[in-house]
Amino acid sequence: MKKRITRLLHSNEPYIFMIIIFLGVLVQIRSGQFFTGNNIVDLLSALIVPGLFALGEFMSLISGGIDVSFPALASLSTYAATKILLDTNYQGNVLLAFVIAMAIGALLGAINGFFVGYLNLNSMIVTLGTSSIFQGIMQGALRANQLSVIPSGMSSFGTTAFISATNKTNGLTSILPYTFLVLIVACVFMFVLLKYTIFGRGIYAIGGNSQSAHAAGFNVKRSKFIMFIIIGMIASAAGVCRTCMMQQMHPTNMLGMEMNIIAGVVLGGVALAGGAGTLTGCILGTFLIVMVQNSMILLGIPTTWSDVFVGAVIVIGVAVSAIQANRKGRIKTSRIINHQKEAA
Amino acid sequence: MGKIKKAFSSNMEVTRLLVIMFCWLVFVGIMQGKKFYSFNNFLTMSGQFPEYGLMVLGGMLPMITGGIDLSLVGTANFTSIICVYSAIGLFGAQGSMPIAFTLVFFLLAMLIGTAVGCLNAFLVSKLNVPPILATLGVNELMLGLSIVITGGAAVSDFPKEYCDFFSSNIFGIIPWRVVVFIIMAVVIWFLLEKTTYGTKIRLYGTNSHVATFSGLNTTALLFKTYIISSICAGFGGLMMLATYSSARADYGSNYTMQAILIMVLGGVSPNGGKGKVSGAITAIILLKFIESGINRFRSVSTYYVTLIWGVVLLIALVLDYMSAKPKKVKSSPAAKSAV
Repeated sequence: MKKRITRLLHSNEPYIFMIIIFLGVLVQIRSGQFFTGNNIVDLLSALIVPGLFALGEFMSLISGGIDVSFPALASLSTYAATKILLDTNYQGNVLLAFVIAMAIGALLGAINGFFVGYLNLNSMIVTLGTSSIFQGIMQGALRANQLSVIPSGMSSFGTTAFISATNKTNGLTSILPYTFLVLIVACVFMFVLLKYTIFGRGIYAIGGNSQSAHAAGFNVKRSKFIMFIIIGMIASAAGVCRTCMMQQMHPTNMLGMEMNIIAGVVLGGVALAGGAGTLTGCILGTFLIVMVQNSMILLGIPTTWSDVFVGAVIVIGVAVSAIQANRKGRIKTSRIINHQKEAA
Repeated sequence: MGKIKKAFSSNMEVTRLLVIMFCWLVFVGIMQGKKFYSFNNFLTMSGQFPEYGLMVLGGMLPMITGGIDLSLVGTANFTSIICVYSAIGLFGAQGSMPIAFTLVFFLLAMLIGTAVGCLNAFLVSKLNVPPILATLGVNELMLGLSIVITGGAAVSDFPKEYCDFFSSNIFGIIPWRVVVFIIMAVVIWFLLEKTTYGTKIRLYGTNSHVATFSGLNTTALLFKTYIISSICAGFGGLMMLATYSSARADYGSNYTMQAILIMVLGGVSPNGGKGKVSGAITAIILLKFIESGINRFRSVSTYYVTLIWGVVLLIALVLDYMSAKPKKVKSSPAAKSAV
């Protein structure tokens, strides 16, 4: 038990959780609006898309590589899926949109996976390249414009309330659309995948040390290949969710999200070098970034300052977690030294 | 002949890029020769590349140490905004500014670069924050501050002498911006190839533990690296100011990715330890040729530029992969005989 508590205190999650609570209390004191139903619902619905992206990025970071192509990938697959449905004048429900987008996403992810897995190239550079290719295909070859009308199935999926909450003081109602279920399903899927399957344990092993993982019998190349396919599918699902929620498809407004997502995941204690990190941390870190972005107005801070605050949170957050990691390293080495002393 | 061969084989990245560049130039020459090979086109091209070229030169150094600098664009815009406001404050929005004040701009850029670089280096070296996150956070901070100062709008009412000067050419053939770029390129080349600093950062990039244990002052090394990088970014910002003749918080937002792409294409290893000025410059020029060449085709959308850059990057990576394989096979008997 004691061991467990020390381990908890040496991980990032409790600190991030404390920062979230602290920030929440701060907002509550300033505006009295934080712990109201509609604000919580707003925050949760703002978490859906970044949360889904973060799940994909989480897996990629665990394996020891950075994926920066997911916004472009999601934009391309979602744009293609929406366009296909619009052109065929499809009136059915949203499931088909997910199927088409995720199939395209899997294909695009496979391109990443081929280069990173089978050719063993640096994942950050490969995804940087594929990211500009996806963007080029979308804007050059497909001549993507804003689609201001989306198929009826998608639009009703994005607006039907799963939970709705009304704020009594100002009468504002916020809804949590059904897309939230997509996030929950993806979280459960990722939890089971990483914790209870050979594939998932392999991802951790590869991130820790890919040569040892290979020696231990994991198929490193195939694992990375499949991993990028899964990332592509999750990112595409996120793209469809975003389109449903925004009631329109804008080809470029997802681009540029990648860095904040990576920051959120790493804030949650996922090691950039790979091999370590928890799903809880990943979601908490992402939630912190979303919360800072969304709570500016409630804090009475002009929106022009929002980037300064996000930057400050990233800098302070990563500094704290780095100091944390240094301390952990020091404890470990001192313990080894003690052992050696005892042995001597 | 042997010398040339040796020069080529020791500079694989540059050779590869030159081959790609040659193919492209022939292709453009056949398709759109008259439009592409005109004096004016080359003049325009050479006026355009210094903005991100400077960022590439600077950002290369952190990448050689195994880090990365994502705060380049934020620093660049912040610098140009501060310079513009200082000019407005001293001479008024409609007033005229003595050309000598340009030097103050460059001093300001160095000052801001030093401050930002110190912040980056402090986070990276003292707190052991992964460089990608530290500089990302700092970039976000700089962007935020720029938005706060300008309110998000473009500032274009300021004394224009600086812009006029830097959009002019020496003898009508060499743009002043290229002169700044060449000076910085020589400085960086000198640092990398002729001083121990270059050897040290390559050692640090190859293996930071070994560098620490061999007695290098790694903190000072990282501080120097990030400061130079940010100063170059600041100069890049000044070049952007000259091009757009206005300052805004979010100009050149795609330059970050573009700069990283150029560095990698030019043979700077993102894992650290490798990188040459010659490779970076070749990559900068190649990308400019491709971009400008595509713009000569009326029917082709400019968005294809990003597509082609991505393809070029992947081709370069795959060529690297293919050329690395046989080398290993060749070297193994030699290694055996040495044993």
